[in-house]
Amino acid sequence: MSIPILSLVAFLPLAGAALLLFLPRENKVLLYGIALAFTIAVFLFSLPLHFAFDGGTADPQFVERANWLGLGIEYHVGVDGISLYLVLMTTFLMPLALLASWSHIRDRIKEYLFFMLLLETGMIGVFIALNLFLFYVFWEAALIPMVFLIGMWGGRRRVYASTKFVLFTMAGSLLMLVAMFVLYAAFFKETGTHSFALADLLNLSLAPKLQTWLFLAFGLAFAVKVPMFPFHTWLPDAHVEAPTAGSVILAAVLLKMGAYGFLRFAFPLFPEAAAKFLPVLAVLAVIGIIYGGFMALVQKDVKSLVAYSSVSHMGLIMLALFAGNTAGVQGAVIHMVNHGLSTGMLFLCVGILYERAHTRLIKDFGGVSGRMPVFAAFFLVAVLSSLGLPGLNGFVGEILCLYGAFAADKLWAVLAVTTVILAAAYLLGMFRRVMHGPIANDHIRAFRDLNGREIALLVPIVVLMFWIGLHPSTFLRKMDASVAQYVSRIKGRERVFVVKPLAAPVAVEAGRATE
Amino acid sequence: MNPFWLIPFPPAVGAFVLIVAGRKLSRKAVAWLACLAAAASFVLAVISFQSLLGGASAGRPILRTLFTWIQAGEFRADLAFRFDPLSAVMVLVVTGVGLLIHVYSTGYMSRDRSFARFFAFLNLFTFAMLILVLADNLVLMFVGWEGVGLCSYLLIGFWFEKPAAAAAGQKAFIVNRIGDAGFLLGILFLFLTIGGVSFGAINEAVAGGIIAPATATLIAVLLFVGAAGKSAQIPLYVWLPDAMEGPTPVSALIHAATMVTAGVYMVARLNPLYAASPAASEVVAVVGALTAVFAATIALVQNDIKRVLAYSTISQLGYMFIGCGVGAYAAGVFHLYTHAFFKSLLFLAAGSVMHALSGELDMRKMGGLRKHLPRTYPTFLIGAVAIAGVPFLSGFFSKDAVLTAAFAQGRYFIWALGLGGAVLTAFYMFRLVFLTFHGQERLEPEVKRHLHESPGAMTVPLVILAFFSVFAGYVGLPPVVGKHAHLFDRFLEPVIKPAEGGHLGLGTEWVLIAASVAAALLGIGAAYAFFLRDPRIPRRLGEKFPGLYRLLLNKYYVDEAYDAAIVKPLVQGSARVYDKFDLAVIDGAVNGSARAAGLLGRLLSLIQSGLIKDYALAVLFGMAIFLGVLFF
Repeated sequence: MSIPILSLVAFLPLAGAALLLFLPRENKVLLYGIALAFTIAVFLFSLPLHFAFDGGTADPQFVERANWLGLGIEYHVGVDGISLYLVLMTTFLMPLALLASWSHIRDRIKEYLFFMLLLETGMIGVFIALNLFLFYVFWEAALIPMVFLIGMWGGRRRVYASTKFVLFTMAGSLLMLVAMFVLYAAFFKETGTHSFALADLLNLSLAPKLQTWLFLAFGLAFAVKVPMFPFHTWLPDAHVEAPTAGSVILAAVLLKMGAYGFLRFAFPLFPEAAAKFLPVLAVLAVIGIIYGGFMALVQKDVKSLVAYSSVSHMGLIMLALFAGNTAGVQGAVIHMVNHGLSTGMLFLCVGILYERAHTRLIKDFGGVSGRMPVFAAFFLVAVLSSLGLPGLNGFVGEILCLYGAFAADKLWAVLAVTTVILAAAYLLGMFRRVMHGPIANDHIRAFRDLNGREIALLVPIVVLMFWIGLHPSTFLRKMDASVAQYVSRIKGRERVFVVKPLAAPVAVEAGRATE
Repeated sequence: MNPFWLIPFPPAVGAFVLIVAGRKLSRKAVAWLACLAAAASFVLAVISFQSLLGGASAGRPILRTLFTWIQAGEFRADLAFRFDPLSAVMVLVVTGVGLLIHVYSTGYMSRDRSFARFFAFLNLFTFAMLILVLADNLVLMFVGWEGVGLCSYLLIGFWFEKPAAAAAGQKAFIVNRIGDAGFLLGILFLFLTIGGVSFGAINEAVAGGIIAPATATLIAVLLFVGAAGKSAQIPLYVWLPDAMEGPTPVSALIHAATMVTAGVYMVARLNPLYAASPAASEVVAVVGALTAVFAATIALVQNDIKRVLAYSTISQLGYMFIGCGVGAYAAGVFHLYTHAFFKSLLFLAAGSVMHALSGELDMRKMGGLRKHLPRTYPTFLIGAVAIAGVPFLSGFFSKDAVLTAAFAQGRYFIWALGLGGAVLTAFYMFRLVFLTFHGQERLEPEVKRHLHESPGAMTVPLVILAFFSVFAGYVGLPPVVGKHAHLFDRFLEPVIKPAEGGHLGLGTEWVLIAASVAAALLGIGAAYAFFLRDPRIPRRLGEKFPGLYRLLLNKYYVDEAYDAAIVKPLVQGSARVYDKFDLAVIDGAVNGSARAAGLLGRLLSLIQSGLIKDYALAVLFGMAIFLGVLFF
């Protein structure tokens, strides 16, 4: 491919951020217009990634590789079936997140949009980097703007929340940085050449003890980001304080960076160590599912309820990853996208409520459906998607994750399946208290229903939810080869499960009755 | 080409249009659209059914796969439909009764504010229910299964401004989800065991002995957990009585005729699997029998007309499970089919009573209505006679088929429970009839002033359902009549093999029939004696056994027990864990260590000082270095 499409997608937001600096800060329409135009352009440019992507090969595609700093520090990017939809989900959600900010962020708009665009570059970079050093740069580049988004445009306790967010993630990622250099040194020792290239480092055979330490360093960074129990307490604070768009992106994309890190780096680089820790990790994942669910049940703030639901959902994703079979891993990847859509939309809905009520406490609501029937329909779709109603996207991921877990260990799945009950309990419980019952106060009586902008930003998500729910093959088939290769690599086996190419819709009329 | 796979889609289109544009349409347009969608499905169902009659003896299902739905690794589920005698029966019931209830609702809901929303949900329900009964694999069936659960949630809580309705909808969904968790595990277990979940694959695997008996039992019981949730059996029945908060047509369609029978349908659909596991069948039969009697005892003393009918439904579903549990799946399905007519009739007639009485539900404030409601009363009476098991009406034949099968299989205890339940059924049903329509009027004056018979849109469906409540049973006459016996069973034979052994002599058959008739007459007679001849008896009985009366009136305090033993501890426990562990221990450790390191303070001051401009500048500076290094 002659056009460096990945670089374009990754750095166009940065260019937009730079452009913003030259614009007058008073002109809200212009600032939003430019930022929105850039994110929409990024989304459009990212679409060819889906259409031109060849699902038949596990190798990275759209690869660009150039020397950068020397000594093995290269600019090396590409996508495979695992990262493809994480990139697309990011580019898809960014314009919507900006659109949602329109009525919410009223001061320091220029800086706000600047950080949002910066964030997009960082997040996309994380998912496309194939060089560890480059990955780390992007990893941090995605962290810092989020800290500012929470710290500057957040709620009352924003400073505490953003500090906590920084400390948690920094603690993990600094260890990861050290581990990267150890890995780099080990590679040099073995081959005499310098390389941070993932493909090179994958061929290293490390001593078990070293593997263990390195896995723990990487694993901690990623586990904090997911977040896995017991590293989750930064998440509710960050979500509650973050502005709506920040919460959307945090839940939809930033958490996925943790799960993606396990998939892309921690497991393939250190398969033996990973296998050793698997039982512990699986237990933490299961605890996350159940614990997150019960904690969500007793939250008073809608946002922290959704935050704990994320802990629960991410637990299921991690459990399926740990199951390590094709169905489980593929389920985990598609469920990452699902969680991004459903939780992203939940936060958008909470934001819409917040803009009207200036509160997120469940007890301050009641009977909103009576005033906002259109909103009620959208909110319910988000809730149903999140609790895994068949026909919507959540179910596809959930049943694959549960199947993967079940195939790996029946007890895991039996415990994990409680999410089906818990999610219904905490989500519908919240929905009832907020939306149903008599109209709780005069404040709510004055609520207006969704405006055109709000409908416009929710409809695309709903469409995608139904698309994934009804015809997930559009997406699953692109992942087959990459997931199969991943599974065979971490199992250390040669056998690769090749999924037969999908035939055109078949119309079988087996055994028709005689007429 | 058989159009059967198109059956679910007209209501889907109807639901979609009504959800998107319903608020802009006139009431008339909404009513026509919804009813036409339901009617289109019914017509398609009849056409498909006819083509099945032509070659049913071939006994082969008609399959149609639209596309591969979910596939990853070895897991695979297709969007595939199946049409065979069993699905045909279900489809006809769902679309036929469904259509009548659509029509009825145009009258019943005519003055509701959210007319379009109601019909959108009703159409959506019909769609989901048809997916459920036409699915060719368990995963797709689960789509319909949860889909009808969603519609049930939406329709129970249709008047969501009412806290009780909103709570009942939520309870229904969550309790059903407990069952669904079991169902889901059963599906996964089955897939892992035999590598597929299509009904063809399951039947083949069972026939080929691929599933070990213990595994079959485990899977069958897990699936039955789902069935017990959806079909409101012990211990998951608690949501159904509360579901009566929904509009009455909903109670008739969803919570009597169709959705709640989904569990019975599932067990009957998987009859080879259950037949391969005597232990699981035992569970089904015992749960069914206990539920049948247990729910009937509660129905004896309830004063709310819809609650009586709700407990009656739970009880009758128990009978269907008795049939399945003793291996007479066809009898179970037969009872499902007749029950759909007389129970929806009873609900709709009760709705007509409510309509006449400005929404009154309490039978103590009714009485003597028979002369005011000249069309509602006879139809209600027919429904009551049918469910009570009076000879020559549909309910008699189907209940007798279930009980005879239990007896024939040597399950005398279950038979006895069923027979006892039949006495109770006749009693509580006629208590309802006498208290509502006979005796002296106990109406509130305001209610009496507005008293009126319902419009034709409501009474015509009643008459049609009454017709079927009488005659639907004649497709399944008992063996004593000779060569026309068991037409229904023979129609189902390609799907449901007749139970092995246990043939009774003609003499025994007659004795059993006599016992059933005696049970019905005993119940009706007792109700007559208690509520018409000497209305003081019930009160005296209540005074004599106050404990028992309160126990029944309060439904054995099961809701309270669940709340105290399960819900409260979990919620309060979670709240405690949140305070004492999540916030205090985990978060405390985090904050503590941060403070100890002194990092927190430093970072706080860093962030708090200075202007936002500086930070943006700093970040930009960093990015500049980054870019500079990148490009030079």
